[in-house]
Amino acid sequence: MAHCHDTGLKLAIPENVKKIVLAGNPNTGKSVFFNYLTDLYVDVSNYPGTTLEISHGKMDEDVIIDTPGVYGLSSFNDEEKIARDIIINADIVLNVVDAVHLERDLFLTQQIIDTGVPVVVALNMVDEAKRQGIEIDYQALSSLLGVPVIPTVAIKGQGLEKVKNTLHSATKGRITPGLKKSLTDLINRVGSQGEALLVLEGDEVVASRHGILPGKERDKVYMERRKRVNEITAEVLKEVRQGASFATTLGRLMIKPVTGIPILALALWLMYKAIGVFVAQDIVGITEETIMIGMYEPAIKGLISKYVTLDSILGQFLAGEFGILTMAPTYLLGLLMPLVVGFYFFLALFEDSGYLPRIATLTDRVLSSLGLNGRAVIPMILGFGCVTMATIVTRILGSDRERRIAIFLLGLTIPCSAQLGVIVGLLAGVGIKLTIMYIVVIFSMLVAAGTILNAILPGKSTDLLIDLPPLRIPRLANVLKKTGVKSYGFLKEAAPLFALGAIIITGLQVTGTLEVIQNLLAPITVGWLGLPKEAATAFVMGIVRRDFGAAGLTSLSLTSMQTVVALITITLFVPCIASIMVLFKERSKKEAAIIWSASLVVAFIAGGTVARLANIFSTGNEVNIFAVTIAFVLLSIGAIAVTKISRKKLFSTFRV
Amino acid sequence: MKLENLRRGQSFRIISIPDDIVRAQAIRFGLAEGEIAVCEEIIPAGPIVIKKNRQEIVLGRGLAKSIQVELI
Repeated sequence: MAHCHDTGLKLAIPENVKKIVLAGNPNTGKSVFFNYLTDLYVDVSNYPGTTLEISHGKMDEDVIIDTPGVYGLSSFNDEEKIARDIIINADIVLNVVDAVHLERDLFLTQQIIDTGVPVVVALNMVDEAKRQGIEIDYQALSSLLGVPVIPTVAIKGQGLEKVKNTLHSATKGRITPGLKKSLTDLINRVGSQGEALLVLEGDEVVASRHGILPGKERDKVYMERRKRVNEITAEVLKEVRQGASFATTLGRLMIKPVTGIPILALALWLMYKAIGVFVAQDIVGITEETIMIGMYEPAIKGLISKYVTLDSILGQFLAGEFGILTMAPTYLLGLLMPLVVGFYFFLALFEDSGYLPRIATLTDRVLSSLGLNGRAVIPMILGFGCVTMATIVTRILGSDRERRIAIFLLGLTIPCSAQLGVIVGLLAGVGIKLTIMYIVVIFSMLVAAGTILNAILPGKSTDLLIDLPPLRIPRLANVLKKTGVKSYGFLKEAAPLFALGAIIITGLQVTGTLEVIQNLLAPITVGWLGLPKEAATAFVMGIVRRDFGAAGLTSLSLTSMQTVVALITITLFVPCIASIMVLFKERSKKEAAIIWSASLVVAFIAGGTVARLANIFSTGNEVNIFAVTIAFVLLSIGAIAVTKISRKKLFSTFRV
Repeated sequence: MKLENLRRGQSFRIISIPDDIVRAQAIRFGLAEGEIAVCEEIIPAGPIVIKKNRQEIVLGRGLAKSIQVELI
């Protein structure tokens, strides 16, 4: 019986070609093997429904496929699902094992062996292990596992050639004791040992593919495997000594709040200097002003005007103020792309050095009061780059509840880099006190919105459970490759959204709807926010591009207080059209509509509240900024308290 | 006692981990029920870092509250 499954990944691989799959725990140096084994031409395919990119390339006649780093095969997260499907369909698996973490890594090795796929183990980083006083008898390891084991130091190129020459001598290893009998029965039903194993271990996805119920033996199989791995480790590993290194000490300092917060502040400050100043001003100056607006736009307009009049409706859609071929590429490629690359570069740097899990540990406490956990720090940092990108990245979060909270907070309170540049410029003109007020107000909104959502949304968010890898100096080639792959992934996913956004905005403009919306907003703008009528235009422009909104304020003559009220409203106000698109793509229509309208309402409430408070706390022309700030914080705390109390009441009513 | 109540530097044995997925993930990390580990670091009101051999794991406070351990 033939078993064909749609594993999601579409690779055109001829029948007679061997699929050699690279597998391993995170941070074991798999990518160095991948680069060594494959020739120049590497394909990257996106795995549907995820942000994950799978690279594959050719080695002589065979295909090498990379997989995401995982600790085991199952359906706990996207990485695992993908790694699982690729590994169980492999002809040969090259399993890269970190010699320093043998006990942890061999669990995956043993699990892969249990799937019945031929395996070669590359015992990597043996030099680092030696330095840490660990000696591993790799020949004994090989005979215990029943597969070839090659010691390597991949980054120095040691052992790579031997690995390559050994790949075709891969063997099916010795499976976990006691597993054989339970597997044999299942293999007849599902066709392959790999799928049988996963069904036995209770993998719901694999079981449902065969229309059978998942097994209930995960605990038993896992415990047996763990026992086996511990025995193997005890037999082959000899610890000579164990000493605390500088990296260990630094790693500790990074997670203790007293030292960790200043270290994080320093890291973020460096990031701001690099991205906020160098990329946002110097690089974007070239890419947006010189290249896109100076060279590209006139060229494309010239080209289009040969066929279509630019004033015609079609001309407007293609190359008008908000055209698909003018505004969309300029915004995406000229402005956002350099910033996105910058953010992904830092993220890769943090990730490869082992700092990222430590930031997650440090921030877990704060984030868990907002109904998130430390992992959410990744989309939160990325949000300052581009909210659209960060919204996509929320897929890494552990539950739907967390995604909902994170997406709302991103859309509401995190100003993206495009907007941040203009905001910083405008704040420079209002003085330090009002700048602090702006920051405090936005931060209060973040805390209040998160805490309130955490209190009212049903269910429970997941807890942090991560591995703390050793701190390492990141390899630049690796960091650059990651940055490239992720930035390209973003571009591919975001480009259609920006194009669609441009179409919608032009549609609103040529039909005159944009003006209608501006007029509708005018009473709120004047009456509630105390701003001139024209500010409504800036708000609507903020939907087109977040920086347009903020930039629109520069041309108005506003008092300092008015500027800050407008900035607060615009920051909290709807995200740009592309992030609205991604919101509707990632969430259900109903939920997206609720999130969108809620952030609108909250933005105006917050902006108006500050305007009111400014009226209350002013004597003559002097506004007591300090009092306004404190009052706003107190109101936020009040809102949190009211929600919590009414929730308790609600619960006790239900109980009665 | 619960993992949450450990003090820094204490060695303990894991008695039970109630959540299925957390238990599976912990076994992969090498922290099966019955294994011995050390409490390495406690972030005030935040996560707890435990260590077994060279493996360090961070557990959120909520998890630490649910995991049953005994001192050794």
